[in-house]
Amino acid sequence: MSFLSVSQVSKAFGGARVVDAVDLSVERGMFFSLLGPSGCGKSTLLRMIAGFETPDHGIITIDGVAMNGVPPNLRPTNMVFQSYAIFPHLNVFDNIAYGLRKSGLSSDELRRKVEAMLATVRLEGLGARAADQLSGGQRQRVALARALVREPKVLLLDEPLGALDKRLREAMQIELRAIQRKVGITFVLVTHDQEEALSLSDRVAVMSGGRILQVASPRELYDRPNCREVADFIGEINFFHATVKEVTESSVTVNGGLLGIVALPKTNVAHGITAGDHVLLAIRPEHVGIAPQGLSGTIAAATFLGERSHFHVKIPGRTEPIAVSGQAPAGESVSLEFPPEKLIALPATG
Amino acid sequence: MRERGGVADKGRNVRQGYALLAPTLVVVGLTLAAPLGLLLITSLKSQSGIGFEAGWTLAQYSEVLGRGSYRILFARSVVVAALVTALTVALAYPMAYFVAFHARRKFLWLILLTIPFWTSYLLRVFAWKIILGYGGVINSGLLGLGLIAEPLGSLLYNPFAVVVTLAHAWAAFAILPIYVSLEKIDRSLLEAGSDLGDSKLRRFLRITLPLSMPGVIGAAILIFVPTTGDFVTPELVGGPAGAMIANIIETQFTQVGNWPLGAALALVSMTMVAVLAGLFVAAARAAARAVR
Amino acid sequence: MKNRTLLAYACFYLAFLYLPVLVLPIFSFNNSAFIAFPLTGFTTRWYEALADSALQQALVNSLKVGVVTALLSTLLGLLAAKAVTQYRLRGRGVALGMISLPLFIPDIVLGISLLLLLGTIGLPLSLASVVLGHLLICAPFSLAVLVARFEGFDPNLEEASADLGEDRWMTFWRVTFPLMLPGIIASLLLTFITSFDEFLVAYFLSGTQATLPVYIWSQLRFPARLPMVLALGTIILCVSVVLVVLAEKLRNQGVKKPMVGA
Repeated sequence: MSFLSVSQVSKAFGGARVVDAVDLSVERGMFFSLLGPSGCGKSTLLRMIAGFETPDHGIITIDGVAMNGVPPNLRPTNMVFQSYAIFPHLNVFDNIAYGLRKSGLSSDELRRKVEAMLATVRLEGLGARAADQLSGGQRQRVALARALVREPKVLLLDEPLGALDKRLREAMQIELRAIQRKVGITFVLVTHDQEEALSLSDRVAVMSGGRILQVASPRELYDRPNCREVADFIGEINFFHATVKEVTESSVTVNGGLLGIVALPKTNVAHGITAGDHVLLAIRPEHVGIAPQGLSGTIAAATFLGERSHFHVKIPGRTEPIAVSGQAPAGESVSLEFPPEKLIALPATG
Repeated sequence: MRERGGVADKGRNVRQGYALLAPTLVVVGLTLAAPLGLLLITSLKSQSGIGFEAGWTLAQYSEVLGRGSYRILFARSVVVAALVTALTVALAYPMAYFVAFHARRKFLWLILLTIPFWTSYLLRVFAWKIILGYGGVINSGLLGLGLIAEPLGSLLYNPFAVVVTLAHAWAAFAILPIYVSLEKIDRSLLEAGSDLGDSKLRRFLRITLPLSMPGVIGAAILIFVPTTGDFVTPELVGGPAGAMIANIIETQFTQVGNWPLGAALALVSMTMVAVLAGLFVAAARAAARAVR
Repeated sequence: MKNRTLLAYACFYLAFLYLPVLVLPIFSFNNSAFIAFPLTGFTTRWYEALADSALQQALVNSLKVGVVTALLSTLLGLLAAKAVTQYRLRGRGVALGMISLPLFIPDIVLGISLLLLLGTIGLPLSLASVVLGHLLICAPFSLAVLVARFEGFDPNLEEASADLGEDRWMTFWRVTFPLMLPGIIASLLLTFITSFDEFLVAYFLSGTQATLPVYIWSQLRFPARLPMVLALGTIILCVSVVLVVLAEKLRNQGVKKPMVGA
């Protein structure tokens, strides 16, 4: 059994299923993310792991111990709240020491532990600072320190960077990852920011409508999404409708409409697709090439973003423009090619 | 998600919530519902010596609703209470507005405004008797200035004296709620109003006033209700011509000893107050909504 | 309206508020039993007359009633405010409406209906019955003050405490109580002063144990006793000023501290 396991967990609020028969397993020491749009059930799932919500069905175990019926204060989990929930009547030191007061530590040990944790989150010397005199980034660090100092088996983070501005958020992402490496505690992060999930995590679960769509490494999620929703949610992607003509040992031949007849490597095709199926061909903008002979169209819009510049190409017979990475070439029209080994085929339904 | 699951878990914790609410509801139920029920029962009886006659009767209600002198008292109570409410709120609004929007030291102003109200209410009312009385502050002042030859006897013992006294006595109940509702108004809304072309007056009528309506309504209720139930002020400064319904109710219970009649009077006046207050709240809300 | 016009109005309004109140101390030092101008001379004899045993008993009674009412009302308000702000309860509106109902009922009706109830179940009138009546009047105020305080209270704070290993009881003492303290003190002071000054309900329910307002009312009928009553009023005013300044300070202290996590 894995370190943190969620099996068949469901939760409904007033008849609406918020979390629907979710299964998850997270290994010890992993940085795991729950990624999804707001309202997908990810926060509720996190709060069930923390013990703030009770599952209607299903079992959550941590390190082999079932958590059903265990109140939050007795669970080996600690949480970094979205609002940070810094106690406004306590200073930084006392906020961090809050969860240690009962542990029977001598006051010297307690001080040492808190000081060490202040150093870990780079708040040295700020122990006496009042809670209302902290910046957003500092509050986030205090919330993290307060949870980590209890050495939980699982640290839960509910959109911990959502309240920070972009630059600070990016800096904190790097630091969060470094802290996780250092303390070696299992992190479970909830976020709606796909870049954050991809850059921080060892594994990511994509959630939608209370269900888990795919659990994979960031690379795999990007290269081999298992359905249209995941492909759409993670980065930009172009879709083409297609019909499967033939399936062989090594390749799958499809009729891609504007793309013509294309043979894809079998590894690029989702499981369970057979001849005659209606599929979606998907290709990332950076894989679309410019070639003398290809699908020609007119450049509709170009966005300059330095290395992340891209442009949109309008193709006759297709309403949706095609997104292409890179700088737009000179001139109004352009010919595009779609390398078959970069195309992936997804089920057209779901 | 946060909104949904945010506070506490359902089921397990809902029971806890009701448990927290229960003691207050029980106390209120016992001290409010039971006595009011009893009041209703009493009003359907008739007095006989020191007890009640057996059987039920609507005699008290026909007495209360039928007798002309009671009708005058009810009408006067309502008119006086309405006047007191209107005058108190109208006087207090600019004051609250000043503190909320223009005062430099709000804290100091709020303290200054509340201090007069922490003296005994009875003495505040009594003070007006001294001011309006035959040898009182106003008469002595006017005599001293030679503006009048003889003290004015007409200042005291009339409904006017009641209105002025209560407009003073209840002032804090008007200032504080109105101030709170004005203070809550997001200042950027006012800037938006100006930005969209409103003059200061139009901006006040279209934004400030409607948004401060909850405070005005709260103040009006806090003033209207106790005014109708007050017998101290009418007795001290109102005289016979300023007597109100509460004076009669009090007399029925303490001097006359006709409890069923007193109960019926109390219930009728309570219902009247509730209906009028309800109508007022509805009208004020509609007025605030009607502003475009 | 222009700032200066408003400022002038504010000053006139203050004068209107203070004029009657200032009459009390003036006549309490006037050496005449008749409360009328012109003033006849300075005396402190009305203050000496305050050493009256009935008055002192009434003062003690009012203090007792005020303290007990303030404690009970604040406790009930605390429980109810927590329930309505932190739990999504069905019938929340009905419960709030019921607790606030006494605000819509004239005090005289509350007084006589409680008088009827006590008479019917045969309980003698006492200070306890006054407390019961005052609870009705004060509970809505406590609830309003404490609900406002709880509404700025991030429920995540209590969850964070549970998450960090504290049970409900310790969470209350380490997080909820200290954060609610300014609200609790404001509620205690507000309800104490409301009860201390309440007359109508006490008039019907105090029986032979007069509270201070009931005592004052009885004295207002005897012209000879009036200057003494004014002396008493002056003292109440001074003590109240101290209390009010204290209460405002505490309230303000609470406002300065942000109550939300973010």
